[in-house]
Amino acid sequence: MKSIFKTLFLSELCQGLYVTARQFFARPHVVVQYPEEKTPQSPRFRGLHAQRRYANGQERCIACKLCEAVCPALAINIESGVSDDGTRRTTRYDIDLFKCIFCGFCEEACPVDAIVETRIHEYHMENRGENIMTKDKLLAVGDKFEAMIAADKAADARYR
Amino acid sequence: MAEIHNFTLNFGPQHPAAHGVLRLVLEMDGEVIQKADPHIGLLHRGTEKLAESKPFNQSIGYMDRLDYVSMMCNEHAYVMAIENLLGIKAPVRAQYIRVMFDEITRILNHLMWLGAHGLDIGAMTMFLYCFREREDLMDCYEAVSGARMHATYYRPGGVYRDLPDSMPKYQASRWRTQKQVDKLNERRSGSMLDFIDDFVARFPACVDEYETLLTDNRIWKQRTVNIGVVSPERALQLGFTGPMLRGSGLAWDLRKQQPYEVYAHMDFDIPVGVNGDCYDRYLVRVEEMRQSNRIIKQCVDWLRKHPGSVMLEDHKIAPPSREQMKGDMESLIHHFKLFTEGYCVPAGETYAAVEAPKGEFGIYLVSDGANKPFRLKCRAPGFVHLAALEEMVKGHMLADVVAVIGTQDIVFGEVDR
Repeated sequence: MKSIFKTLFLSELCQGLYVTARQFFARPHVVVQYPEEKTPQSPRFRGLHAQRRYANGQERCIACKLCEAVCPALAINIESGVSDDGTRRTTRYDIDLFKCIFCGFCEEACPVDAIVETRIHEYHMENRGENIMTKDKLLAVGDKFEAMIAADKAADARYR
Repeated sequence: MAEIHNFTLNFGPQHPAAHGVLRLVLEMDGEVIQKADPHIGLLHRGTEKLAESKPFNQSIGYMDRLDYVSMMCNEHAYVMAIENLLGIKAPVRAQYIRVMFDEITRILNHLMWLGAHGLDIGAMTMFLYCFREREDLMDCYEAVSGARMHATYYRPGGVYRDLPDSMPKYQASRWRTQKQVDKLNERRSGSMLDFIDDFVARFPACVDEYETLLTDNRIWKQRTVNIGVVSPERALQLGFTGPMLRGSGLAWDLRKQQPYEVYAHMDFDIPVGVNGDCYDRYLVRVEEMRQSNRIIKQCVDWLRKHPGSVMLEDHKIAPPSREQMKGDMESLIHHFKLFTEGYCVPAGETYAAVEAPKGEFGIYLVSDGANKPFRLKCRAPGFVHLAALEEMVKGHMLADVVAVIGTQDIVFGEVDR
């Protein structure tokens, strides 16, 4: 008798509809108005790469090539030379963003915190070849976002 | 009378219900399936071969990309295989973190499965609800590892970093006042464990919601009951594992049969089905989400009380902390050695398996004593399940193929590797 009643009056469908109706009238707390508003992002986020400088403007990278050695995707290419002030520096530092799998090993390996993965994840390329992050591009990203990078690295320093 | 031929139909590889790149050649008699021939390999990336040319640690990131809906479970099998060969064990705290994230991964996977399976056979709302809850778990992934999916978080000898003491928060914008943002951030005010605790408290109610929508729903039942029935004997013969096997009524779960990490200390039940049809497998997976929830809760409680190291102190295998590395010559040498040539693993072979959300995911690893694997073989549960597809769909209608693919929870990353 009870089951006939249930079948006849679509009770389980009505219960389901009640759930969806409740959601329909509930205040949405998951919708984010994207470009202006963003979902939370962790300081550990692994996005676009950047190269950092010391406070005196000297670039950090010493061309030890640890990142090149550790990169699982072979996305990093480095050539080294002696700079004008007699220190060992990179003459070429390319990261291929198409090859990169954003595993974060380069950042982990870097003994001088030169190469970092920032929280930047909104970027695009318009032409062929722009997927290669050259040394200049990496340093430019680093210069532009140094405050953010430094804050993120400081926030995570005690876990590493 | 004209001669009647069976009709051959290509299902996929661009079919939205093919869950990726499955090409299924169906031989149809009217609308009834006579033969189903899955063609695989469209997502083959050569992970097993690639691993042979890289030091052990460098392949961790590629393990994420095998079954890309249950990332950390794949990593887990891989690092466990390496740990077996090295004869090391991660610190207990790291083991709890791993178990916690394995279960978070299981919920992630089952939510994805429930949403996609529902969408395939006509329950659109499920997809939206499931992804709403997934978002919180993705945030946990990101907070701990820095990536929402491909975490690269487990390492032989522990996990990379400890759980963070604060969760990332929403920022005020012109769309929301500070008060509204504060309300949004309420859950995120504490540590990551508080956030997970809050999720664990909320989640059973969400599962109840899903069940209200589906479990008794007559349309859902019409699409799933008695579809793709597999008897327990046949399930064993076909090599099923995970929910596919448990749906047929066999209580086989590696977490209970050969407890790895700290599963032996966990209190949870294994749900089993009765009929072995799509509906029972649905019930099993939903119940598994509740059980995973229980395990996560136990891990959170333990982790709160027991702070400590999450990585082995053996610097021949695990790199020293950055502070040490920068201040101490020997640590710096360890750091350089580890990141250039890695570590050598004693010659031998091992098989490490974890109960991944889809079934038994195993890594068979052969080492010849070098710093990279001699041979790596992934035992992917999806591959075995897909092989049984023909048997499961034979005699069913075309629309049921979608239900069976859904219930098998196929992900092509692991099938094609």
